[in-house]
Amino acid sequence: MAMNRPGYSNPAQPSKLRWGELEEDDGEDLDFLLPPRQVIGPDENGIKKVIEYKFNDEGNKVKITTTTRVRKLAKARLSKRAVERRSWAKFGDAVHVDVGSRLTMVSTEEILLERPRAPGTKEETKVAGDSLAQLGKGGAVLMVCRTCGKKGDHWTSRCPYKDLAPQPESFVDKPVSSETNATSGMTKGAYVPPSLRAGAERPAGGGSDMRRRNEENSVRVTNLSEDTREPDLHELFRTFGAVSRVYVAIDQKTGMSRGFGFVNFVNKEDAERAIAKLNGYGYDNLILRVEWATPRTN
Amino acid sequence: MRPILMKGHERPLTFLKYNRDGDLLFSCAKDHTPTVWFADNGERLGTYRGHNGAVWCCDVSRDSMMLITGSADQSAKLWNVQTGAQLFTFNFDSPARAVDFAVGDKLAVITTDPFMGLPSAIHVKHIARDPSEQTGESVLTIKGPQGRINRAVWGPLNKTIISAGEDAVVRIWDSETGKLLKESDKETGHKKTITSLTKSADSSHFLTGSLDKSAKLWDIRSLTLIKTYVTERPVNAVAMSPLLDHVVLGGGQDASAVTTTDHRAGKFEAKFFDKVLQEEIGGVKGHFGPINALAFNPDGKSFSSGGEDGYVRLHHFDPDYFHIKI
Repeated sequence: MAMNRPGYSNPAQPSKLRWGELEEDDGEDLDFLLPPRQVIGPDENGIKKVIEYKFNDEGNKVKITTTTRVRKLAKARLSKRAVERRSWAKFGDAVHVDVGSRLTMVSTEEILLERPRAPGTKEETKVAGDSLAQLGKGGAVLMVCRTCGKKGDHWTSRCPYKDLAPQPESFVDKPVSSETNATSGMTKGAYVPPSLRAGAERPAGGGSDMRRRNEENSVRVTNLSEDTREPDLHELFRTFGAVSRVYVAIDQKTGMSRGFGFVNFVNKEDAERAIAKLNGYGYDNLILRVEWATPRTN
Repeated sequence: MRPILMKGHERPLTFLKYNRDGDLLFSCAKDHTPTVWFADNGERLGTYRGHNGAVWCCDVSRDSMMLITGSADQSAKLWNVQTGAQLFTFNFDSPARAVDFAVGDKLAVITTDPFMGLPSAIHVKHIARDPSEQTGESVLTIKGPQGRINRAVWGPLNKTIISAGEDAVVRIWDSETGKLLKESDKETGHKKTITSLTKSADSSHFLTGSLDKSAKLWDIRSLTLIKTYVTERPVNAVAMSPLLDHVVLGGGQDASAVTTTDHRAGKFEAKFFDKVLQEEIGGVKGHFGPINALAFNPDGKSFSSGGEDGYVRLHHFDPDYFHIKI
């Protein structure tokens, strides 16, 4: 309880008073003038009061009351025998262990109980955390056939109802990059995959067909929160009508959502209603912006 | 959670066991020295030197004074837990595999492997209160099942012995007469070697893990199949939480394939399943190799896993573990 008062200097070192030594070298102790420390409680609620007196920087007497709540640690019980065992002498190889051997270490890595899926999500989004299983399944995250609208059963390219679709198409499911490119439109200077470049060999009308398809009743959703995933978006838009495709742009490096996505509706009216309803809708603390994916000419 | 890593063994772990108070953790490995650790901070208390082969299994008496170990050096040994002194050695003609003290610690069951033309066997030994009066005679010897018996434990009131092993059949024997009472059904039972067996805290049911990539929960009296937990890896070790309805499975592919597989693809996690719903709750990663041994602290607040990598990892659960909802 040794306090430093300004203007007072230690007689042992009158000339230079080092700040580092102030604490210890302050010889004068006026604590005996103070009333003793008082401890009240803990009462039945575990509230404990400690009243202390000390001199503050100006040399005035101050009363400090500290109120704390004392709680017993959750069942930190140990049997008598276990306590006794704690003091057992080491034996066997444990007797002479070099200090540096470090047999017992606390992991530097924080290990979490990894949930197979985020808590609260539905069964349909279940993906095993195992990379092998994923390889086998071919990424069944959101397998929506764009031809028949069937979910999780097959990819568009393998659709058994392909022949029944209005336009037989030579479209083969392209990796995400080509899809985004097609949907977000070709801006100048943006990367164009070789298959879409002018003069590239491709089945007549194939690329444009794909583009047209993706534009069809496509709704762009922006200002999505980072943890919005495709199933969430699907959940949100499903109420307006049959949804044929949901896509959320994911940053390849971080794996986080880039904050925008696309939803394709089977019916144009549904898309219109969704835009009318959800544009400006508060979702996950953010205000959604929902609009047609491409500027409509009509 | 930040697991505590215990590197006392130079060879793969084979078995882990907590004492009844949950303050000591015994570990067995393919090196020859079982080790005891403090279960709270992972400090090594001592080692039990004397075996001359891999140690496959151990059990500790209820008062935490006596330890029994079964080893591939064709012996099972009784130890003083406190000093590490050998009290008695049971010698066999083939490697000892599973050991288990009966309730009351007056009897112990020891299984031996098939070896040099000898069939596998289950031996019941009387355990003397005073180690100086201990004899090596068997009270009962049961022979019958083909292949190795990987685990044998006592049933309720010591009336039965439950065994499981290489022939994928769970058997219940009368511990007095040695008669076979029940056998698991071939249809519903395991298809491959049963690697582990553990009883629930109240001994009303038990869990078996098998290389057929599943674990099964059985009633200990009627031997009816209650639940099946399916995973994508061979199961080497199983454990049941005494606190929550959780089941933990540990495993991984064969040790021989470890070096050729990426550790992320090797499925070396300890997988948590809901005991009732049979659904996966989560996985705890960490080992560089298959998990060979799992044990839950009797208070249910920590568990430890032992791997082919020679490490014991002691996990104290984070508070949110106790509120996990499916």
